[in-house]
Amino acid sequence: MGESKLDLLQGTLDVMVLQTLEVLGPLHGYGIARRIEQVSGNEVLLNQGTIYASLVRLQQRGWIAAQWGISENNRKAKFYSITKSGRKRLAHDTAYWRRLAAVMGRVLAMDDEGGKN
Amino acid sequence: MSLPREAFHRIRSFFRNDPLDRELNNELASHLEMATEENIRRGMSPDDARREALVRFGGIQQSREQHRDARGLPLLDVLMQDLRFTFRTLKREWGFTLVAVLILALGIGANIAVFSVVNTILLRPLPFRDSERLVRIVEKNPSTGESTKTYTADATQDFQQLNTSFRSVSGYFAFTGPDNLKLIGNGQPLPVTGILVAEGFFQTLGVEARLGRLFRSGEFVKHAPPVALLSYPFWKRQFNGDSHIVGRTIDLSNTSVTVIGVLPDTFDFGSVFSPGAKVDLFVPYIMDDFREDGNDLALVGRLKPGVTLGAAQREADQIFPQLLFEHKHPEFKAGYTGHLTILKDYVSGKLRRSLIVLWCAVGMILLIVCVNLSNLLLSRLAARSKEFGMRSALGAGRGRLMRQLLTESMVLALAGSAFGLGLAYFTLSYLAHQGSIALPLLSMVRIDGNVLASTLLIAVVAAVLFGTAPGLRMSAGNLQDLLKDSGPGLSEGRKHGRLRSALVITEISLACILVVGAGLLLRSFLRVVDVDLGFEPGRAAAITVDYDDGRNVARRAAIWQEIVNRASMIPGVETAGISDNLPMSRNRSWGITAKGQQKAKDSDFLPVFVYIVSPGYLKAMGMRLLEGRDISWHDIVDNRNVVIINETVARRLWPGQSPIGRTALAGGTEAQVIGVVADVRETGAEDKPGAQMYLPPTKQFGPEGANLVVRSKLPPAALAKPVMKTLREINPAQPATEFKPIQSLVDHATSPRRFFVLLVGIFAGLGLLLASLGIYGVISYAVTRQRAEIGIRMALGATASLVQFNVIRNTLRLALAGIFIGFLASLAIAHLIASLLFGTSPTDPPTFGGMVILLGLVALLAGYLPARKASKIDPMIALRSN
Repeated sequence: MGESKLDLLQGTLDVMVLQTLEVLGPLHGYGIARRIEQVSGNEVLLNQGTIYASLVRLQQRGWIAAQWGISENNRKAKFYSITKSGRKRLAHDTAYWRRLAAVMGRVLAMDDEGGKN
Repeated sequence: MSLPREAFHRIRSFFRNDPLDRELNNELASHLEMATEENIRRGMSPDDARREALVRFGGIQQSREQHRDARGLPLLDVLMQDLRFTFRTLKREWGFTLVAVLILALGIGANIAVFSVVNTILLRPLPFRDSERLVRIVEKNPSTGESTKTYTADATQDFQQLNTSFRSVSGYFAFTGPDNLKLIGNGQPLPVTGILVAEGFFQTLGVEARLGRLFRSGEFVKHAPPVALLSYPFWKRQFNGDSHIVGRTIDLSNTSVTVIGVLPDTFDFGSVFSPGAKVDLFVPYIMDDFREDGNDLALVGRLKPGVTLGAAQREADQIFPQLLFEHKHPEFKAGYTGHLTILKDYVSGKLRRSLIVLWCAVGMILLIVCVNLSNLLLSRLAARSKEFGMRSALGAGRGRLMRQLLTESMVLALAGSAFGLGLAYFTLSYLAHQGSIALPLLSMVRIDGNVLASTLLIAVVAAVLFGTAPGLRMSAGNLQDLLKDSGPGLSEGRKHGRLRSALVITEISLACILVVGAGLLLRSFLRVVDVDLGFEPGRAAAITVDYDDGRNVARRAAIWQEIVNRASMIPGVETAGISDNLPMSRNRSWGITAKGQQKAKDSDFLPVFVYIVSPGYLKAMGMRLLEGRDISWHDIVDNRNVVIINETVARRLWPGQSPIGRTALAGGTEAQVIGVVADVRETGAEDKPGAQMYLPPTKQFGPEGANLVVRSKLPPAALAKPVMKTLREINPAQPATEFKPIQSLVDHATSPRRFFVLLVGIFAGLGLLLASLGIYGVISYAVTRQRAEIGIRMALGATASLVQFNVIRNTLRLALAGIFIGFLASLAIAHLIASLLFGTSPTDPPTFGGMVILLGLVALLAGYLPARKASKIDPMIALRSN
């Protein structure tokens, strides 16, 4: 992938946020953004600021909840946690992405004769 | 998915923008601090750490906007922004706003009012169940007399039995005069109007009783106990809406009548069948009582489901010629025909053209309003082009600026509509209570859903119309043009001026068409008012007289003589006379023919309007006796059958000879012709007079009621009291009937025309005013922009009068172009309203000439004011200010 970073597909950021919260538990916006950057090995083009539009969208859909709290450095921060319906959504999206990735993998692996190489 | 939930949150967020923004700011601040701290821990200097944090974050403002878009209603946000900005701008330029809203309110209000009338009379169904199945039946080629629009009781009954197309056919007695009954109760007898309706009339219309019940078959037989149904307004007015009225008896003209029910509020007999008339109650039309009275039932039928009007008409063409005039006399050849018209078309058909003309006229007003506003907005745009240039330079897209302009137009249009709606509401509630205007259904005019929807449509269309021109102008020119054009240059941008001129020319042309239309209608109206009615309505007045003659002819003659004599002696009264019928009110015809050698055939009889009159009536009405003499009291006392005929009868029966002394067969008996009077317009000022005859109240010609007509130098109001006092002295039971000027009968007959002339005239005036505003606006704007140029010219020696002349020349050039186009358009359009004109050609030269002069003068005036302003420009000041 060299220098250019991956552009995020519509909706992928939402899944990443949900997954991060599912695995790490309640976390503030900065934490989520950093975590995604780290996990993606800095391959994802992410302006940290864009995370907040995703967070408010997920919140309005009832998939995550938010609460003000104190961070590990004693700083006031808004903590997000995944809700029950958010987990359901995550399961659904995970299945979807797995299937899509598998199909894309097969299609792109196709050779001239139309079979697998 | 949780769509409703998300929508709810979005709407909620939209209204909580401020707290949400604050919370987001806190969150972003804490994000940046945490990022900075982490960078410092990694060994950066505080400044670098902060910069790095900001870089990684991306644009803060961008993030905020993304947040807003994700959580709220972004489209509405923009709209609110535009609205806030619009309100700020409009508030700042309140003068412009006021003028714009006022002009729009007038234009839109006029449109709403006219649309409501059109909606009620033309578009909305009649207020009856399945009213499109209701049919009115009249003779083919009916004359103006009601007799050719009615049928006898026997013919009606036969048709009811023979036809297979109608679920039911019924009718009402068409010759009821106003105040034909008197209600006797507490205090003075009250004159009331009662309509006789045949069996099944209300059932045919689909009207249910509001209280009690409708008539039953048993109540339509001879000697049935008398019953009555009350109209809603009469019940409210006379009985205070008493719910126990059903079952009570009232005294109607000395008969005890049981009230069996009250009709609903929505049923207004007068507004459908007899425009401008008030009806108080309904009583059964008992066929057996009317078998020998000739044509008197106006028929309405309800088609069976699935039967088309055409099929019913084909059947009627078979049946009607066979119908008998009277069962007892099968030898009377009735020669009936039946023409079926959907009731709605029968009621409003004649008005269709007038109303469409009216509709077009207000449409033109709206166009003029839009053109005017376009112009106003254009000059505003020119003044604001710097602002727009600035906003554009700051990154506002063209689409956004267009949207801003359109938002402004919309706000103006909606404000105009709101005021227009108020204006229309008051106009309509005034109109709906004008009983004196003989237009059908007028009392039912109101603002309903249709009208509101059309108002909204009008507002949007108007906004788009007048908002587009400036918008086009915006998108046509580029930014630099805008900025350049806005500079205080020496003269106005060419392109700009041309568009504005074109708009003004359009406006003037439209105004021309309106003025010509109004002029033609006004000339027609004046012709109608000027028509020789055959009597002089001025200074004459009539009152319905009640008396009890016990059906004795001699007694009646004595009573009539006493009334006439005593009325003539009232100070101020010149002459008095009695007739049982007045022109332009009730409408009844018999037959007349000359007595010849052979027995007269039916076809020899001429249908003739009948007036049973006392001596003095002709004089009191101001009619002209051309030959012979008036009826005398001796004729009545001696029971002499004499007749006075009008010119039409004389010409038809005794062409080229003097009819005096000849014998006529009139009203079923021989009568000697003793006089000839000038023709009287008996149904309306615009209808050609027909045959008329005047008979004495002898045994054969028994009158139906009596109207005392007095002619006086005094105004009717001054006479009302002494006349009533005299009548009460003669008969204490005289009801408090209205003392009506004869002129009011004429006015009533000409009221639809006056109504249209008035409205079209108002619209033309409005159009003229708006057009002159338009001219003034454009010229005065041009003068303001050319101040410097004018200043230079004056400095170079142009005189004030030359400057004035130049401005006025420019004005007249615009005006003449507009008048020329308007003239041609009017010529083309005037033919379309030819059928609405009376005694006026659609190319009436005085009207067209008057229009040219009027518009020329208005243009001159509109140009003169800016011209004077231009000539007062001080070159020194004008040049220095640049």
